[in-house]
Amino acid sequence: MSATLLTNARLIDPEAGTETLGWVLLRDGLIADLGAGAPGDLPDDEVETTDCNGKCLAPGIIDIGVKVCEPGERHKESYKTAGRAAAAGGVTTMVTRPDTTPTIDTPETLEFVNRRAQADTPVNVLPMAALTKGREGREMTEIGFLLDAGAVAFTDCDHVVTDTKVFSRALSYARSCGALVIAHPQEPILSKGAAATSGKFASLRGLPAVSPMAERMGLDRDIALLEMTGARYHADQITTARALPALERAKNNGLDITAGTSIHHLTLNELDVADYRTFFKVKPPLRSEDDRQAIIDAVRSGLIDIISSMHTPQDEESKRLPFEEAAAGAVALETLLPAALRLYHSEQLDLPTLFRALSYNPAKRLGLAAGRLAVGAPADLVLFDPDTPFVMDRFALHSKSQNTPFDGQRMQGRVLSTLVAGKTVYRRP
Amino acid sequence: MTFSHKHLLGIEHLHPRDITAILDLADEYVDLNRRAEKHADALRGLTQVNMFFENSTRTQASFELAGKRLGADVMNMAMQASSIKKGETLIDTAMTLNAMHPDLLVVRHPHSGAVDLLAQKVNCAVLNAGDGRHEHPTQALLDALTIRRAKGRLHRLNIAICGDIAHSRVARSNLILLGKMENRIRLIGPPTLMPSQISEFGVEVYDDMREGLQDVDVVMMLRLQKERMDGGFIPSEREYYHRYGLDAEKLALAKPDAIVMHPGPMNRGVEIDGTIADDINRSVIQEQVEMGVAVRMAAMDLLARALKAQRLAEAG
Repeated sequence: MSATLLTNARLIDPEAGTETLGWVLLRDGLIADLGAGAPGDLPDDEVETTDCNGKCLAPGIIDIGVKVCEPGERHKESYKTAGRAAAAGGVTTMVTRPDTTPTIDTPETLEFVNRRAQADTPVNVLPMAALTKGREGREMTEIGFLLDAGAVAFTDCDHVVTDTKVFSRALSYARSCGALVIAHPQEPILSKGAAATSGKFASLRGLPAVSPMAERMGLDRDIALLEMTGARYHADQITTARALPALERAKNNGLDITAGTSIHHLTLNELDVADYRTFFKVKPPLRSEDDRQAIIDAVRSGLIDIISSMHTPQDEESKRLPFEEAAAGAVALETLLPAALRLYHSEQLDLPTLFRALSYNPAKRLGLAAGRLAVGAPADLVLFDPDTPFVMDRFALHSKSQNTPFDGQRMQGRVLSTLVAGKTVYRRP
Repeated sequence: MTFSHKHLLGIEHLHPRDITAILDLADEYVDLNRRAEKHADALRGLTQVNMFFENSTRTQASFELAGKRLGADVMNMAMQASSIKKGETLIDTAMTLNAMHPDLLVVRHPHSGAVDLLAQKVNCAVLNAGDGRHEHPTQALLDALTIRRAKGRLHRLNIAICGDIAHSRVARSNLILLGKMENRIRLIGPPTLMPSQISEFGVEVYDDMREGLQDVDVVMMLRLQKERMDGGFIPSEREYYHRYGLDAEKLALAKPDAIVMHPGPMNRGVEIDGTIADDINRSVIQEQVEMGVAVRMAAMDLLARALKAQRLAEAG
């Protein structure tokens, strides 16, 4: 079996928090060896060597919460197109959402989806399953069977299980199976019908809005239920400053809780909606600049563990509507890294910290061996140039849907190549 | 006078001199409308389409009359009963309509921003006749004209806007316009009917009406929608009238020559006492209706001039 040697690479090690110029040897789909400086003599003469020209090499992104619209809405995104978009975006593992039509809530549906995913996708796909049947918040799904079928986490996505009895039982049962539950912290009655975050901007535009307090209320409730049940819990998107003290307390109290945020809430704010631009409609809605800054700080300190794309394809018809009626969500598999690099260029997050949230922490939370630059870890890697400037053109995206808020924006940094299990799945043309 | 805007979507984008231009021209149309022969030909040969996605009798009639007096061919489309029910999207409707070559499109829609969206897709001048809770520019302009004629000026006045501010596009357009013209604005209403962080707009917010009405020059009342009267936003109709209804006692706190306004239709005995509404010495509610036609004539006239100039430039 031949091996690949990547030399002269700026190694981004999120685990150690370091950047070093060095080399990585890949063999049998794994990282076989690595080191700083230039490699010494290698015994294997079948080594194919690539000079990385000093560009950045990091563990591939593990993106929790990708929506691929199979089954049900293949016209918006299929495994094939999502897989290509992921590869082009440096995402080596997509952790997919069950909010499809029908919901992925039975082992049979999960197996069907899994087969399609493995056949059509060059990157790893790990499916999540619904926590309750039909994501209706009434009866729990077959958590045990679904785990056996390959579900890595259980989530009703943006549906909040409002019935606390149902939710506490599902959490207890999930704990007994060792399953991870991912929830959307939100007080659903307070936020019902909202298209924006309440404040000056929403008042000026006359949009129905929700107080950022709804997120904290949702999180507070979930934390209380965690204290009750001891479940493994991840909050999919924490986007407001007011939710952070509660999260910090829960972590300090030793609860098994982690939190994520979306790339859009880290790089955009409510004012970006401007004259009702529906590509900026996401769920939860974009927040104030103060909230955005607080969330960046929380990613830096590690209070927020994970950054996700929350990739949500919507076709033109779902977006070409008045703002209140338009569908929420944005595609982001390919824009995730360039957008995240904005925080690097603004000197708010360094590259190891970014990849801690993009790769290392998600892998750790899901119990995967990936997400690290270490001997024995899977050779899932992304090689990128953090500096090249470009203007984002949404029609150049690989996704079937092109609803990105970054269309026409100046960005800096792009993926040069992506490797999954040592094999190149994307190379920038 | 040249008007640099292609559409009239809101007050937000207007400069104070645009506002003055519309009001000055509207003054001329008030005179015309009071003559026996009311016809002018500013819009002769042009087609005006009124598209109302939300019920309206008064605003639609006012726009229709304004267009007809200026010689336009006016068509009314009640969109609620039409294609929307058949699942057609707003953009499709706009494209269909665009193919009929209208020159002026007057649109009312229940969602904020919908008229902006439509304006991006058509080749004619679009007038916002109210979009969701966002703006209702011609209402604010007619209110401004009414105030200017009654008070002799449109600046340095103390103006109270009272009632359901949160759901009111009339309030939003008015506070933007009156703010631009350098007036002092007070918003009066229960906190449940107040938009969030509204005090950042440079207005004073009162939840006590008696305090808020002290020494104001203008009292603008807003309509309280029936569906908001019971329990959800306010405890009851009668409690609302007691605390926020305009009666003689509360009005006595305003300046002795303060005028009373209401965009209509009124709920007598809910937000306003009937005798005050009918008091010709205080109430200018009838004048508002009259000014409405004149302001809409002026706005459409100016937009039509801009449209013709643009077409001439494109042709030449």
